[in-house]
Amino acid sequence: MLEVRDVRKAFAGFQAVGGVTLVVPPRSICATIGPNGAGKTTFFNLITGHLRPDSGTVLLKGRDITGLPPHEICRLGVARSFQRTNIFPRLTVFQNVQAAFLAHHRLALNLYSRVDRFYREETAAILTSIGLVEKAHEVSGFLSHGGQKQLELGIALASEPELLLLDEPTAGMSATETHETIALIERITRDRGLTLLFTEHDMEVVFAIAQKITVLHQGHVIAEGSPAEVRADPAVKRVYLGERVP
Amino acid sequence: MAARRRLARVPWGLLVAVAALFVPAIGSRFYTFVATDIAIMALFAVSLNLLLGYGGLVSFGHAAYFGIGAYACGILMKVHAVPFSVALPAAGLLAAAFAALFGFFCVRLTKIYFAMLTLAFAQIVWAVSFKWNSVTGGEQGMSDVPYPDLSGLAWVPGLAGYRTSDHFYVLTVVVVAACLWILRRVVRSPFGRLLTTIRENPERTEFIGVDVRRHELIAFVIAGLFAGIAGGLFGIFNRGVFPDFAYWPKSSDVLIMTILGGMGSFYGPAIGALILIILNQEITSYTEYWPFVLGILLITLLFLFPGGVVGALGGLVRRLERTRRA
Amino acid sequence: MPDLSFLLAQSLSGLTAAMFLFLIASGLSLIFGVLRVLNFAHGSFYMLGAYLAFQFVLWGGTGPGRFWWAVLGAALTIAIVGGLVERLLLRHLYGKDELYQLLFTYGLVLVASDAAKKAWGTQQLSLSRPPGLTGSSRVFGTMLPHYNLFILLLGPTIALGLWLLLNRTRAGRVIRAAALDREMLGALGVNVSWLYTGVFMLGSFLGGLGGALVTPVRAIVPGMDVEIIVEAFIVVVIGGLGSFWGTFLGALIYGQVLAFGILIVPAFSIFSVFALMAVVLIVRPWGLLGQPLGT
Repeated sequence: MLEVRDVRKAFAGFQAVGGVTLVVPPRSICATIGPNGAGKTTFFNLITGHLRPDSGTVLLKGRDITGLPPHEICRLGVARSFQRTNIFPRLTVFQNVQAAFLAHHRLALNLYSRVDRFYREETAAILTSIGLVEKAHEVSGFLSHGGQKQLELGIALASEPELLLLDEPTAGMSATETHETIALIERITRDRGLTLLFTEHDMEVVFAIAQKITVLHQGHVIAEGSPAEVRADPAVKRVYLGERVP
Repeated sequence: MAARRRLARVPWGLLVAVAALFVPAIGSRFYTFVATDIAIMALFAVSLNLLLGYGGLVSFGHAAYFGIGAYACGILMKVHAVPFSVALPAAGLLAAAFAALFGFFCVRLTKIYFAMLTLAFAQIVWAVSFKWNSVTGGEQGMSDVPYPDLSGLAWVPGLAGYRTSDHFYVLTVVVVAACLWILRRVVRSPFGRLLTTIRENPERTEFIGVDVRRHELIAFVIAGLFAGIAGGLFGIFNRGVFPDFAYWPKSSDVLIMTILGGMGSFYGPAIGALILIILNQEITSYTEYWPFVLGILLITLLFLFPGGVVGALGGLVRRLERTRRA
Repeated sequence: MPDLSFLLAQSLSGLTAAMFLFLIASGLSLIFGVLRVLNFAHGSFYMLGAYLAFQFVLWGGTGPGRFWWAVLGAALTIAIVGGLVERLLLRHLYGKDELYQLLFTYGLVLVASDAAKKAWGTQQLSLSRPPGLTGSSRVFGTMLPHYNLFILLLGPTIALGLWLLLNRTRAGRVIRAAALDREMLGALGVNVSWLYTGVFMLGSFLGGLGGALVTPVRAIVPGMDVEIIVEAFIVVVIGGLGSFWGTFLGALIYGQVLAFGILIVPAFSIFSVFALMAVVLIVRPWGLLGQPLGT
């Protein structure tokens, strides 16, 4: 599904990502982990077109997408959530998700139809699956942090992606919220046959659902494999010295 | 709550437009004059709000398209004897073309850079119209722009007794109402909705599959088109076209109208135009320090009523509803 | 081939203009760098500095140093005005959309320009050069007024002084840190609120000083506020928003462009200024020494 070959990115002399190669098989759940500053978000930005790699290629289903603008990459079936909560605060929950449908179905240049009647059922379906349907007409900016993260997931799903990239989906959540969110993500991924690549800080989350884990440190891959393999890897243990690795 | 929904279904815009048509019946030339001014400025302000309120794009140079439209329409009608029905749309299209050209560069920038580039382009338009004596009349501008041939309007029942300026006013109301209707449709369309998502979060909008720059450019062109039409109307109303139509205070005047009325609603800027023009009429009869008053007004607005008049009224209504329910 | 001394004269006049512009633009750049506010009213501070200098000279009676006292007094008064504006009004707009801050400073421009008209009328005013700097000398075959020479020396002196302040003093380090990360600074216990006021006052001081010093060279007239803010903005953009030496470089370049552009294209002045700004914003918005946008 996704193949990243030897991408590099430097900022003013600082090598944020230095030669990372990664393969994400279709319908799998993969995670990239690493301490702060390991380059995880930069890496994501390189895949989704927000940054252009200095060298290396990114292939989606065999097609070269390196350096394409984000909106085109999205159209090819990739959806993503962001580290900072990224919703449309002054729009309602319903309108947030509906907007993604509108964009996905190329209605951006429709200047004359009444927007309210588009994709009402589909939006409701997504809201139900993420558990926000009772709040459909609330202004999204007033949702709790957890609610906003759920909404982000909903927006991502409305783009009908094949590949889902989630940047720290449980950031800032309590333990209960984290469990709920992870269960939700796993269920949705399975039900829709999506491929999931996510980054996380919370190790429990990662080891719970990831099938393949790639460990980044200072912009390089230091280990890769199944959860059991990674857990046992001495390089990983060194890097996470002091952190609990369950 | 049900009452509010019933109220919302009343076609207020249409009612106001029809009521506006009766202003000449009052008989005072002055009222018709002011009403024409208000109608044209309302269109100008609402066109800016497409960028400002809906798109989150701050343009300090919207008057450029107003000026281009005014000159285009005036030159076509005065120098080339083109009929109004052709000259006005042509003026709008020419303004839109320039909006496409300027906008192409502007949308590549954000925030303060965007604002300053729009200002720079507007000042260039002003400078060109100031200097290009042969075409625009230079500093003196173009006077004696003719009225369109409105003899056809005498056919309409009830209008036979009106003066030419009244006929023009009626024509203006019809044109402005039609333009506002189109703009309202645009705002309520998927395009309009995605424009608001750009305002809320351009990065996220990009990653739901929208080409943000192209979207903003299209909004810019539409806003320019209607500003150009407003300009064309104004040139005739003013019986002359002058370089200061594109000068930066014109851009800031319309910006103030938009904020005064309220960026958050469609008709807000139109109400702002109404209030500002009437206020201007009242105050300039007492004192010549209108900019001073305008400045104080603007500052007060920013601190006390950032949502403009419409925003303040909306807040008031909501508070009344809450106390009634409690 | 134009006369060499003529070219030199033009270049020198461009340099003088550049030094004035640097003085004013540095204040604008400083305020923008730290507070992230583009203060349109900076031009008004410049104008008011000029008018106040005029007024203080009028009140100062006769006396050898009255020009200098007037200049200093004007600049300090403007600094205080700036402090009051920031403390009482601008502060409340920081959390809001940038648009509100821009419009607020624009509102100030309207108020200030009319207030100046009311206080001093619309006639052109001017001040004569201070005693001691009234003469001129032959430099490279052209007559250079001593006052201009003074300005030519003052510019780099102030540049150096500001640079020392920003880079060699604790206050300066704090200011530079605020430009980079204000939240962090607050967390470190710096009183960010007073820092902002201080920076705003310093910036306003520079603007007012520029206005006061320009009085013997340029006429004091309504409209000088708008004229200067555009030029100051161009200078800052060319050099790069947020870069100190960028502003200096931008002023130098712009001064020369202004001096020679008029010779090349007669209709230069009103058109070129904006065309130049447009070109810079299109081609290289981050200027010569700034950071590319988006990093």
